[in-house]
Amino acid sequence: MTEAEQKIRVLIAKPGLDGHDRGAKVVARALRDAGFEVIYTGLRQTPEQVAETALQEDVDVVGLSILSGAHMRLFPEIMKLLKERKMKDVLVIAGGIIPEDDVKPLKKLGIKAIFGPGTPTGEIVEFIRKHTK
Amino acid sequence: MTPDTTDLVKQLLKGNRRAAARLMTLAESLSPEAHSAIKQLYPHTGKAHIIGITGPPGSGKSTLVDKLIEQFRNQKLKVGVVAVDPSSPFTGGALLGDRIRMNRFASDHDVFIRSMGSRGSLGGLAWATHDIVHILDALGKDIILVETVGAGQAEVDIIQLAETVVLLSVPGLGDDIQTIKAGIMEIGNVFTINKSDLDGADRRYVEIQSALNLGQETKGWQPPIIKVVATTGEGVEELTKAIQDHHSYLVESGEIAQNREQRCSAQLETIVEHSFIRKLFTDPEEQTLFQELVKEVNSRKTDPYTAAEKLILHLIKTPKK
Repeated sequence: MTEAEQKIRVLIAKPGLDGHDRGAKVVARALRDAGFEVIYTGLRQTPEQVAETALQEDVDVVGLSILSGAHMRLFPEIMKLLKERKMKDVLVIAGGIIPEDDVKPLKKLGIKAIFGPGTPTGEIVEFIRKHTK
Repeated sequence: MTPDTTDLVKQLLKGNRRAAARLMTLAESLSPEAHSAIKQLYPHTGKAHIIGITGPPGSGKSTLVDKLIEQFRNQKLKVGVVAVDPSSPFTGGALLGDRIRMNRFASDHDVFIRSMGSRGSLGGLAWATHDIVHILDALGKDIILVETVGAGQAEVDIIQLAETVVLLSVPGLGDDIQTIKAGIMEIGNVFTINKSDLDGADRRYVEIQSALNLGQETKGWQPPIIKVVATTGEGVEELTKAIQDHHSYLVESGEIAQNREQRCSAQLETIVEHSFIRKLFTDPEEQTLFQELVKEVNSRKTDPYTAAEKLILHLIKTPKK
C-alpha cells in the first residue's frame, strides 16, 4: 500500500513558441500510464523556466518537445542552465520535428535520445526505464 | 546513491533550492533517511503561515494560487507552494498539471513550487505533504500554499496541516442542502466563490451565507465569503486580506497555540498509525502472520477483532531491528 518506493518523475516541457502540444500530451499520458509521475507545464516555456522547474521538481527525466525549429538555439541554453544547477544526472530526451543533421550535435550536448514522429510510446517508456536509477 | 542527509539539511538551511528539492524526493519515498532529515530540520520550522486551498476539481484552485502568489510577492513575502494531484489507483502514475497556471513564477527564486502525486492517500493530500511543508518552512518561506487534490465532500485532511483553510466553491454546484452537509463545508476559514462572473454566483453567496448563519456560535472568527474571478484577478486582493486577517485573528486571540497543538497531535497520530501499518506490510514475518490470520478469519477459526489484537500484540513485542 504505502510501500517506500522511488517513483520516476518526468518533466514534459515545451520550450519555444509553437503551439502544438498534442505530441507532448500523448507522451505525457503514456508515461502516466506506465506508472511515472509526469509534471506537465504546458506551452511556451523559456529555458530558464524549464531548468528551474526540473530543479524544484527534482525530476529524473526532462522530456523536451519542440516543433518550431528553434531547438538548436533553445536546447543548448537548457543544457547550460541544467548544468549550472548541477543537474548532471538528469536524463534529457527530446521529441518533435528535429532534422537528422541536428541529431548528432544535440547528442553531443548530452541529450540522450531524440524521438521523431511516429515513435511508439512504449519505446520511450522502455528507454526511460533503462536509463534511470 | 545515498545522499548525505545532514549535508542536505545544512544546505537547505542556507537556502539551497536543489537541496530542498532533493529532500522532498527523499520525503516522498518515506525512507528512514527522510525521517532522519525531518528530525534535523524540524527545530527550524514553525515560522511560516500555512494556507490550504481546497475545492472541487476545476474550481480554479491552481489559477487562484497563481494570483495569490502574486499578491504575497507584492508584499515581498517568500512563497512556497505544494500542489497535490491524484495518482492512478491502477498504475501509480500521475499527471501533475497544477504548475501550468503558475509558470510565470518559475524563474522567481523566492517562489518554490512542488507538485505531488497523492500516492494512494485519500484525504486530499499525500502522506508526505506534511514533510514537504516542513522543508519549505525550513527553507525560509513566509507563506506556504497547499493546494489539495480536487475535493468533494469528505477530503478534509488539510485541516491537520493548514492554519487557514480557503474553501473554494463555484456557481452551479447543487442546492442549499449541499451547503449544510457535514464535512468539507465545516472546514473553511475563508469561503471563496470563484468564477463569480457566472450566473448563479449571487445565489451561491446567499446559500453559503445562510448555511453559516444556521450555526449557533457567533463568537470568534466569522468566516467571510469572498467573490473572485481567478482568471482576471478580480477580488483576489480582498481574499488575500481576508486570509491575512484570519492569521492575525489567530495570533491576537491566542487560538494559534491551540490550533498548532491540534495539528501536532493529528500529525503524531497519523505517523504512529502509518508506522504500524508500514511495518505490518513490509516486514516479512508480520506479513506471514497477517496472511495466516486472514485465512483463519476467512475459515471462521477466528474473527477479525481477535486477529487484529494478535497482530498488534505481535507488532509491539517484536524487537526493533
